[in-house]
Amino acid sequence: MSTNILMPALSPTMTVGKLAKWLKKEGDEVKSGDILAEIETDKATMEVEAVDEGFIAKILVPDGTEGVPVNTVIAVLSATKGEVVEAPKAAPAPAPVAVTPPAPVAAPVVAAPVAAPAPAAAEEDRVFASPLARRMAKQAGVDLAGIKGSGPNGRIVKADLEKAPVAPVAAPAPAAAAKPAPAPAVAGAYKAVPNSNIRKVIARRLTEAKQTVPHFYLNSNIEIDALLKLRAELNARSSKDGPGAFKLSVNDLIIKACALALRRHPNVNASYTDAAILIYDDVDISVAVAIPDGLITPIVRKADEKGLPAISNAMKELGAKAKAGKLKPDEYQGGGFSISNLGMFGIPEFTAIINPPQGAILAVGAGEKRAVVKDEAIVIATMMTVTLSVDHRVVDGALGAQFLATLKGLLEDPLSLLL
Amino acid sequence: MADEFDLIVVGGGPGGYVAAIRAAQLKLKVAVVEAKYLGGICLNWGCIPTKALLRSSEINHLLHNLGEFGFSADNIQFDLDKIVKRSRGVSKQLSSGIAHLLKKNKVTVVDGFGKLTGGGHLAVSGPDGKPKALLHAPHIILATGARPRQIPGIEVDGKLIWSYFEAMVPTAMPKSLLVIGSGAIGIEFASFYRNMGAEVTVVEVLDRVLPVEDAEISALARKSFEKQGMKILTSASVKGVQKGADSVTVTVEAGGKEQKITVERVISAVGIVGNVENLGLEGTKVKVERTHIVVDGFGRTGEPGVYAVGDVAGPPWLAHKASHEGVVCVEHIAGKNPHPFETGNIPGCTYCRPQVASVGLTEAKAKEAGYELKIGRFPFIGNGKAIAMGEPEGLIKTIFDAKTGELLGAHMIGAEVTEMIQGYVIARQLETTEAELMQTVFPHPTISEAMHESVLDAYGQVIHF
Repeated sequence: MSTNILMPALSPTMTVGKLAKWLKKEGDEVKSGDILAEIETDKATMEVEAVDEGFIAKILVPDGTEGVPVNTVIAVLSATKGEVVEAPKAAPAPAPVAVTPPAPVAAPVVAAPVAAPAPAAAEEDRVFASPLARRMAKQAGVDLAGIKGSGPNGRIVKADLEKAPVAPVAAPAPAAAAKPAPAPAVAGAYKAVPNSNIRKVIARRLTEAKQTVPHFYLNSNIEIDALLKLRAELNARSSKDGPGAFKLSVNDLIIKACALALRRHPNVNASYTDAAILIYDDVDISVAVAIPDGLITPIVRKADEKGLPAISNAMKELGAKAKAGKLKPDEYQGGGFSISNLGMFGIPEFTAIINPPQGAILAVGAGEKRAVVKDEAIVIATMMTVTLSVDHRVVDGALGAQFLATLKGLLEDPLSLLL
Repeated sequence: MADEFDLIVVGGGPGGYVAAIRAAQLKLKVAVVEAKYLGGICLNWGCIPTKALLRSSEINHLLHNLGEFGFSADNIQFDLDKIVKRSRGVSKQLSSGIAHLLKKNKVTVVDGFGKLTGGGHLAVSGPDGKPKALLHAPHIILATGARPRQIPGIEVDGKLIWSYFEAMVPTAMPKSLLVIGSGAIGIEFASFYRNMGAEVTVVEVLDRVLPVEDAEISALARKSFEKQGMKILTSASVKGVQKGADSVTVTVEAGGKEQKITVERVISAVGIVGNVENLGLEGTKVKVERTHIVVDGFGRTGEPGVYAVGDVAGPPWLAHKASHEGVVCVEHIAGKNPHPFETGNIPGCTYCRPQVASVGLTEAKAKEAGYELKIGRFPFIGNGKAIAMGEPEGLIKTIFDAKTGELLGAHMIGAEVTEMIQGYVIARQLETTEAELMQTVFPHPTISEAMHESVLDAYGQVIHF
C-alpha cells in the first residue's frame, strides 16, 4: 500500500517549483503534520506538510531539482517501513530546465472536452488579493482571475489593478498575441447572465488554445458495422447485473482503440515544450462529458492496460461523478490525449480544439448509414467520421495520418483490439 | 593587503547595523566600520536618549498634577544630573546591546572612519587620522547618517546655542529657552524643557508647528502647547542673536514686526545635513544632491558597488526608514529580489506631550492628489479609557478614498498614539479598505478603540460621539 506525494501548488498561479530540500530521507517515518520538504517558487519558499502517514519509501525528485511541475510525484510513502514500492511512472518526469509543464488543468475545447471547473474552481475559488484590490477589481469590472499578482506569495495588490486592462480578462496568451478581449458589441436587448467559474475558465483556456497552438486537422471515415456487431456480441455476454456486469458503448470501444493506437504511435501521446517534446509513459485518455454548466474531461488512466468492461465502468462512474460535480482533481487533471464524441447529437463530423498541453484530440461524429463504394459497387455501410486535431509542433501530418490509419484499422477490424 | 568581505557597511547606526545583521543572516561576510558609537545618532544622541528624558518630564508633569488622582506631595524635586545620567545609561546599554548583536551574528566591527579609495576598497583611519586598516568588498553601503544643520550667524557654540547634542545633556536646567524649528526634534525638546519647568518659546518659519503633520493635528498640538505655557511664534524667523555672558537675545521677525527675546539658551533644530564629506565620493559616479546621496529604490548610487541608506540618503529622516532601506538594499545585493523601498507607508512619531503619530497622506496632500475623501474624526473625550487615565486630550483622524475605501492616511494626537499608529500602518500594508477596519473588534477599554471609532465616523457610523 503506497501513497504518492505530489508536488503541491503553493499558489493559484504556480505551475512549477524547485524542490529545494528534503527534510526527510528514505526510510524516515512520516506523521501527519511533519514537514517533508522545502519548495521554492519564484515568489516564496514554503514547507510541504505531510497529510498522510507512513514511511518514506522512495524519494523520486532529489534536492535542488528545478522546474518540477505541480502534481509530479516527488516521493512515495509506504504503510510499513522498508516496504519496496515501484516508483510510479510520473508523467512527465521533471525536466532538467524549467519548462512549461503540462498544466494540471486540461484546457477546454469548443463543444468538446473542457477544462474541469474544479481545477479552475480550485484556482478561482481562492484568488489571493488584498481587500483594496478586490474592491478596485469589482468597481472596474475586471476579473481577478486574469490578473497576475505582484504582492507577497503572488497576491494581487492595488498596483496590479492599476496596470490591468479595464476590459474583460485578457487570455494568458503569448505576449505578442495577447490582447484584452474586446468588449462585445451589443446587438439588441439582452439578459446578462454572469459568468460562472466554468464559463470563465472555458473562455480563457479556449482562447489560449486557439491563440497558441498551431492546429492541424485530419479526418477519417471509418466503417463501424463490424464494431457495432462486436459490441452487441460482447454486451450479450455480460451478466444482467452484479459486479461483473457491463454495458459497452461505442465510445468505450473507441477509447480502447485510441489507447492501443497511442501505444503504437507514442509520439502522439505527447506535449510540446520549448525545451523538449514530452512523451508520456502512460496512456491516460481524457474523455469529454457534458455537465449542466459546461463540460469536463474525466480521465481513463492507463486505458491501454484496461479491459473493455473496466473502461466502460470507469466511464460510467466518472460520468456520474462529473454530472454530480464530485470529480476529484486527480480524476480530471492530466491526461495525454482527448476524445470528444458528439455522435449522440447526430453531428456527422466536427473539429475539436486541443486541450493544452496535450498534443492531439479526436472528434468523433455520429455513426450513420451512408452510401459507400466497395468493390466497384455502391453499398450501404454504417460510417463514422472522426477528425483528429493535432498540435503541429508535436505531431506532423504524416504521424497524424499514421495514427489515424492505425485507429481506422483497429476499429474496422475490431478483433484486432485483442492483439 | 586588504581584508576581504562580501559587504562593508560604513556606519553603525540603525541603517548600518540592521543592514549588517540582515546580511549576516543571508550568509554574507560583513564588516561594519563605525567612527564613534554603535547605534549611531538614534541610539546615542537621538531617538533613544530623548525618549528617556521625555519619560522623566512626563513624570514631572504627573508629579505636578497629583491632586487629580488623589495624591498630594510637597517639595517635589528633581536631580537633573540623575535624569541625564539615566538617559545616558539607557544609550550605553543599548549601544553595547548592538555590539553584542553584531558579535552574535559574526559581523566584523572595525572602529574608525571609512573612506572609499576606489575599486571596492575602503581605507579606515583612526581618530588621529592615521591609517588603521584597508578593507575590500564588491559591495559597500554608506550609512553615515546626518548631523544638525547650522543657521549662518546662529551657529551652535555648545555653550549658549545648543544643537540636540547639548540639549540632551544639560548640566543645569535653563530658566528660559528658545527653540528654533518646530519639527519633531525641536518640539520634543520644547516639550521636555517646558514640562521640566523652563519657559519655552518656539520659533517656526512656516505657518504652523510640526509642519509635516496634518494641519488639523498641528493646530491641536499648538493649542495644547500653548495651554502648557509654551510661547509659539509661527511664520516667524530668527534674524540674529546677540550673546551675553549667560544669555542670548534673539531677534525674531514675524509679520513684518521685530521683537527681541532674551533667554538663557537657544536650541537650534532646523534640520539636518547628510554626512557626505570625506567619504571619497569625489571622482566616483556617486551623485550628491544638496546634502544627501542620490539613490534608487534599492539604495544603489551612480557608482556600481556603492550604495547608501538612511539619513545620508535623504528623507524621511527616520531610524525605521533607515533600517527598512538597509534590509532592502542587502536583500537586493544578496539576490533575493525584494520589492524596492516603500516610502508611502512609513509612520512618523513625535514624543512630545501630547504625542503625535501619523502615516500616509495628510488631508491637504490627499486633496491635492485628486482624491475625493471620506474623513473620520474621533476625539479622546469620547473614549472611556482616555478619560479614566486622565488623558482626555486627543484626536484620531482617518482619511479614506471615497471611491475605493482605501485608507489614505491616519493622523493622531494624544496619549500613547505612538504605540497605536502601527495598527494603521499594518492595515495599509495589507491594503485594507474601511470594511476590514470596521469589522475588526478592538479591545475595550483601550484608547485604541478611538482608532475604530474614527473609521466608523468616516462612514457616518460613529457610536461614541
